[in-house]
Amino acid sequence: MLRCGMVVAMNHLDLTILVIDENAVRAAIIDEGLREAGHHRVTVVHEVHGIARLIENLKPDVIIIDIENPNRDMMEHLFQLTRSISRPIAMFVDRSDTASIEAAVDAGVSAYIVDGLRKERVKPILDMAVSRFNVFNRLQRELAEARSALEERKVIERAKGILMRMRNLSEEEAFTLLRQTAMNEKKRLADIAQSVVTAAGMLL
Amino acid sequence: MYRMTNVPDSSSNLAAPALGGEPQQKILRAGFIPLMDASILIAAVEMGFAWREGLSIELVRDVSWANVRDRLAFRQFDMAHMLSPMPVAASLGLGSNPSPTMTPFSLGRGGNAITLSTRLFERMQAVAGLGEDASALENARALAAVLADMRDRGESPPTLGMTYPFSSHNYEFRYWLAAGGINPDRDVKMVVVPPPLTSDALEAGAIDGFCVGAPWNMVASERGVGRIVAAKQDIWPSAPEKVIGMRPEWAEANTDTVLRLIVALDAAARWCDEAANHAHLAEILAADRYIAAPVEIIRQVLAGRFSLDAKGNRRVIRNYFTFHQHGANIPQPRQALWIFSQMVRWGQTRFSQQAADAAASAFRPDLYRAALGQLGGHDGDLAPAGSEPDDVFMDGKIFDPAAIEAYVNSFAVRAEENGTLPSALET
Repeated sequence: MLRCGMVVAMNHLDLTILVIDENAVRAAIIDEGLREAGHHRVTVVHEVHGIARLIENLKPDVIIIDIENPNRDMMEHLFQLTRSISRPIAMFVDRSDTASIEAAVDAGVSAYIVDGLRKERVKPILDMAVSRFNVFNRLQRELAEARSALEERKVIERAKGILMRMRNLSEEEAFTLLRQTAMNEKKRLADIAQSVVTAAGMLL
Repeated sequence: MYRMTNVPDSSSNLAAPALGGEPQQKILRAGFIPLMDASILIAAVEMGFAWREGLSIELVRDVSWANVRDRLAFRQFDMAHMLSPMPVAASLGLGSNPSPTMTPFSLGRGGNAITLSTRLFERMQAVAGLGEDASALENARALAAVLADMRDRGESPPTLGMTYPFSSHNYEFRYWLAAGGINPDRDVKMVVVPPPLTSDALEAGAIDGFCVGAPWNMVASERGVGRIVAAKQDIWPSAPEKVIGMRPEWAEANTDTVLRLIVALDAAARWCDEAANHAHLAEILAADRYIAAPVEIIRQVLAGRFSLDAKGNRRVIRNYFTFHQHGANIPQPRQALWIFSQMVRWGQTRFSQQAADAAASAFRPDLYRAALGQLGGHDGDLAPAGSEPDDVFMDGKIFDPAAIEAYVNSFAVRAEENGTLPSALET
């Protein structure tokens, strides 16, 4: 029993995987995930230049490519020309598995899989890619939120300064005025601060 | 959004499906690629033609034809702006994710052109003594002369870009090259370059020429990096271009919606064809969410006023875009069969009557006529092409859809029996 399980696991980890991603950070996150899961035949490239030769030499079983990469059409052309990936199937092995398809598209993953590969062997890899893409998406979102929070703080500081100068208020009073106005107008503090900054720019 | 004043009142005499009382808005998702031949679809939304038929269309901009194909197959799109060879390829099981696809509406004609780098064109002028007003065929022959010269000097062959293996661009580029005596699989290296990147790729020297839709040829010529050497009209004026693709089972289950959609697209196509509306259309298309290109270039392209290069050489192509006239929206089976003939010619598939039937079935004029009545008649459906004086192929051939094998064999340049292919693997 145990031996049999080992053989299956070995087969599954034996796959050659090629990751094409222009985003080096995301590629590293996927690479790490695949290696942690025990895949050691993983190749990561950041650009499609010379990809034909690479695929010819590597003969990957699975190719993972970012769905927003316009070079997907180049891959389609390549598959028309090369016989090394005999008949690659785009995206997914199991078309009836709509949940997987949606998860992958939402995450932004597309994959090519060598025809004839059993879906049990590929699914864990796709699931891994999807979850790693999502990790990256979350990082991106957090970074964007952090940036905008920083921007908002800057605007609030500027609005406070303007009010202090123009209305002769203390810092405390200026902040209270901004907050009170935001509450009365049912708007975000940052939006009121932005209006103050914009208005001041036009009036002064 | 719903600008009544600009809507030509032409649909009232059409057999539009009856709308009982308050129309229930049906929401559809449509994928598109930022190209000017998505105009009809975009105008149907922006000018309220779809709304009037009770349809609310959500347009989703995509980055690759492979994505469009997959998202349609996986039901994320109800329909999509597609290359006309895509439904044909799908019917033949070609490509990496073939899934049943058909088209009931063609998005007009024209729009493509072939651009070569200024460097290559100057060499063509030097080697072949080419004039500034050379024809498409003369240009192709001049390129053949340059290629021979390059071979003699031991230079590596130029790299030429197109958009997708199953694209009008691939077949038109190959048609033009072969008409000049060039074997596209042996004498040059064909690669795929996404349309918005063509101009940059040409400037960077990554490619030496490309065949792509508007406005990208003009973007390159205005920047002074390329010279337009042939337009789609020069190769075959009524060649199919983009279509609205959908899943046959979805169309079957939503017949009423499909018929309404065709009526909306027909009205939008008529609107796009009116020169008086072009300034407005250009404004809409130039927006970031659609094509994101300079409005002035889009206006010039709509008028067919071509800057061939940055030196001031110009050319006006009448009907560079035909959005509606001359039956441009009818998905003619003979067009699907011509696409099939080129697939056979270049070794993408083999000829069989069964395959020809499958290819023809991807174009559905029956749905078009069910929605709009007998506009345009059936004459063009399977008639030979290339014999009308204003619709000739650049090499003067006649395409008879009933004799595809003979047609393919009549080309001096075509794929060899076992395929010449992998020159593109040398990258």
